[in-house]
Amino acid sequence: MRRLIALTGACFLAAAPLRADTIEDQVTTFQLENGMDVVVIEDHRAPAVVHMVWYRGGSADEQPGVSGVAHFLEHLLFKGTEKLAPGEFSETVKANGGTDNAFTSFDYTAYFQRIAADRLGLMMEMEADRMKNIQLDREDILTERDVIIEERNQRVENDPGSLFREQRMAAQYLNHPYGTPIIGWRHEMVNLDLDDALAYYEQYYSPNNAVLVVAGDVLPDEVLALAQEHYGPIPRNEALPERVRRSEPPQMAERRISFEDPRVAQPYVMRTYLAPERDPGDQRTAAALTLLAEVLGGSQTAVMPQKLQFEEKRAVYAGAFYSGLSLDDTTFGVVNVPAQGVTLEEAEADMDRVVAEFIETGVDPVQLDRIKFQLRAAQVYELDSSNSLARRYGAALTSGLTIEDVHAWPDILQSITPEEIIAAAKEVFDRDNAVTGFLRTAKEVTQ
Amino acid sequence: MKFFGSLIAVMVFAAAPLRAEIDIAEVTSSGGINAWLVQEESIPFVALELRFKGGASLDLAGKRGATNLMVGLLEEGAGDLDSRAFSERAESLAASFDFDVGDDAVSISARFLTENQDEALALLREAITKPRFDQDAIDRVKAQVVSVIRSDAQDPDNIVGVSFDSMVFGDHPYGSAIEGTEENIAALTRDDLIAAHKGALARDRVYVGAAGDISPEELADVLDKLLSDLPATGTPQAPDIAVSTQAGVTVVPFDVPQSVAIFGHEGIARDDPDFFAAYVLNEILGGGGFEARLMEEVREKRGLTYGVYSYLVPKDNAALYLGRVASANDRIAEAIEVIREEWKKMSENGVTEEELTAAKTYLTGAYPLRFDGNGPIANILVGMQMDDLPAEYVNTRNAQVEAITLDDIKRVAARVLRPEALHFVVVGQPEGLES
Repeated sequence: MRRLIALTGACFLAAAPLRADTIEDQVTTFQLENGMDVVVIEDHRAPAVVHMVWYRGGSADEQPGVSGVAHFLEHLLFKGTEKLAPGEFSETVKANGGTDNAFTSFDYTAYFQRIAADRLGLMMEMEADRMKNIQLDREDILTERDVIIEERNQRVENDPGSLFREQRMAAQYLNHPYGTPIIGWRHEMVNLDLDDALAYYEQYYSPNNAVLVVAGDVLPDEVLALAQEHYGPIPRNEALPERVRRSEPPQMAERRISFEDPRVAQPYVMRTYLAPERDPGDQRTAAALTLLAEVLGGSQTAVMPQKLQFEEKRAVYAGAFYSGLSLDDTTFGVVNVPAQGVTLEEAEADMDRVVAEFIETGVDPVQLDRIKFQLRAAQVYELDSSNSLARRYGAALTSGLTIEDVHAWPDILQSITPEEIIAAAKEVFDRDNAVTGFLRTAKEVTQ
Repeated sequence: MKFFGSLIAVMVFAAAPLRAEIDIAEVTSSGGINAWLVQEESIPFVALELRFKGGASLDLAGKRGATNLMVGLLEEGAGDLDSRAFSERAESLAASFDFDVGDDAVSISARFLTENQDEALALLREAITKPRFDQDAIDRVKAQVVSVIRSDAQDPDNIVGVSFDSMVFGDHPYGSAIEGTEENIAALTRDDLIAAHKGALARDRVYVGAAGDISPEELADVLDKLLSDLPATGTPQAPDIAVSTQAGVTVVPFDVPQSVAIFGHEGIARDDPDFFAAYVLNEILGGGGFEARLMEEVREKRGLTYGVYSYLVPKDNAALYLGRVASANDRIAEAIEVIREEWKKMSENGVTEEELTAAKTYLTGAYPLRFDGNGPIANILVGMQMDDLPAEYVNTRNAQVEAITLDDIKRVAARVLRPEALHFVVVGQPEGLES
């Protein structure tokens, strides 16, 4: 994101599903002749609109050696085109009462504006312009490179938890680019140049690699007409490569890391296992893992917090996390933040014991009913935010899924059985695929 | 439990709409509790926002942290339900209740489905009026708060905020973290929590906003059921405190590669006639966009930071004008120099006609975008009431922004921006800076 916190990390929080019978009525999809996908989500409660363009290109699509270039380019897209002076894009959005920003993740880069619905055409005109026509001068590049390094300082270098995460992810992926941080490794960021950015731009920024999502007070036909006018004339990139990343070899040994930093106030143990993601037409395993994370650690009444925080009082916090929204293999994680007097080694044993007991005992059907009802309710609540619905569709369509997959997901979640959840647990909890990390306070050095 | 029935007199005033969509109904229950409502039936749920003025600043002497701990325990068991039973009940209704506390208010944000509204509100009523404060829950939440205190002590963003507050406010509640210290927490008893609950959650200080699938009559009914068992009055509000700073730098040494700075001086009260002009002025100096002068000079031209902002902080008992910047240890001194220069320049010269026009267009255009969903609307409704604004404000606000002139800005800039008082607190290992 260009302006504020939170690069969308690998663990996008488990997304609640859509109420198919309602949301499907609000969603219309098209494809332009040049291959650009268009999703329109109608919400006529307020005369506003969110306009987003998502590219099927993220940090995991970078060439080796130029880590961070996808995110760097995202910043540079605000630096002007043949028609727009540096900064004029955002100035124009503001002058029309809107806000704009952008964000980069492993699997996508996205740009958006929130604005009065009658300004949609202007937003499209500018966004279409910078899909192909950025003009960068070398001076701007250097200043902006300083900015992303300060961004890395703020998000990562100043925070031992973030440094720990980078180290764990690098250990998790032996070959796949998810092991490289989205913002980039610092030693490569300081050498990023104009040619690196333009090479990425030319490869991935084209209509047949983009998804347009418009949500708000608009009609599908109007959006289609405007999209044809503004995005339609941009030629497709015939040389767009197929999206295949370096894949993981069989993982055959557990990795264990211990990260020490004097700034760590609260030590914890976290383990992540390589796990399958949601695949088009094949989402059952991911759905079972989504529910597994909920059952183990989704709320105060989940298995891990109940046992470790409430009954045994050996943890300050215990939980589990998983997000199936990813183009390639993702991770399933468990974490235990021990209470005072409990060591990390004991915390790890506690965590493993509770998970093993859970697999032995099985899923509490009453708990599972509660979770499923909450997931159904989430389909109601999320209709309140067309902005988050727009993100849901954009992220899914750039993470290898189709509209049909998005719409099928809620029913798949509801249909998962306790047996499938236990089967998924047995499959995913394979220590050969796992990274176990200890985050510790560095010992005092006395001289 | 079941709600008792009651006869409700409902008064409804529909304010003229903002853009046809924002119709605010003012509701008064028979028990005399006021609320604002935007009824919106298209999605079958309700967002309800309750706010109790006072918050953590009501902590009694020697009991710092009591209100924060009390609020943390509201979801840890109530009435006949212990902590686990309470959570299970909320989950089985798919209702969410968020309890939060700040310097000036305790906030309760509830979200519940139309289909089980009565059950959800009955549960919320238990949490608000009959928290159990079971000893095992107290011990558990205390441990969580201590964990937060320890983490905050190692977090430069937190250290810088607390350092600035402590410098400005000293012994006033604003001068310390709302969590209290580990020693404070250890000494708090169940009786302290009961006292904090009585003191903070009283009917004389509650403000209510609601948006979603509920009628004014239903809401009036809900208000009395939810709140009538609370005490009529609570702990007296904290005293006002004057803000006095001098230009300069305070360095708090901490081993991080990037220094984090908070800077500022006295601000302007929300009900000051010049507040709007100051708000527009700040938008131009250090508001959200890249076009703001601080962002332009510190980030866009020099690449010294990822973000630099300034903001007005009109609290109940004091007003601050603050800013924030973070730069590598060897670059923070330059960033501070640039900020000082911009502060002085705008104080002396105000802004240009073009800047004022652009800021007005943005602020007036962006205002309606805030009303984007039941949750945000319920929040706005409460905020307006706490700021003592009329419901018509949603229609007059943009005209007030439009009415600001270049002369207004120039006069207010000279009054509000005070380079001679602009103090920087810097956490890190800054090069070329000394306290």
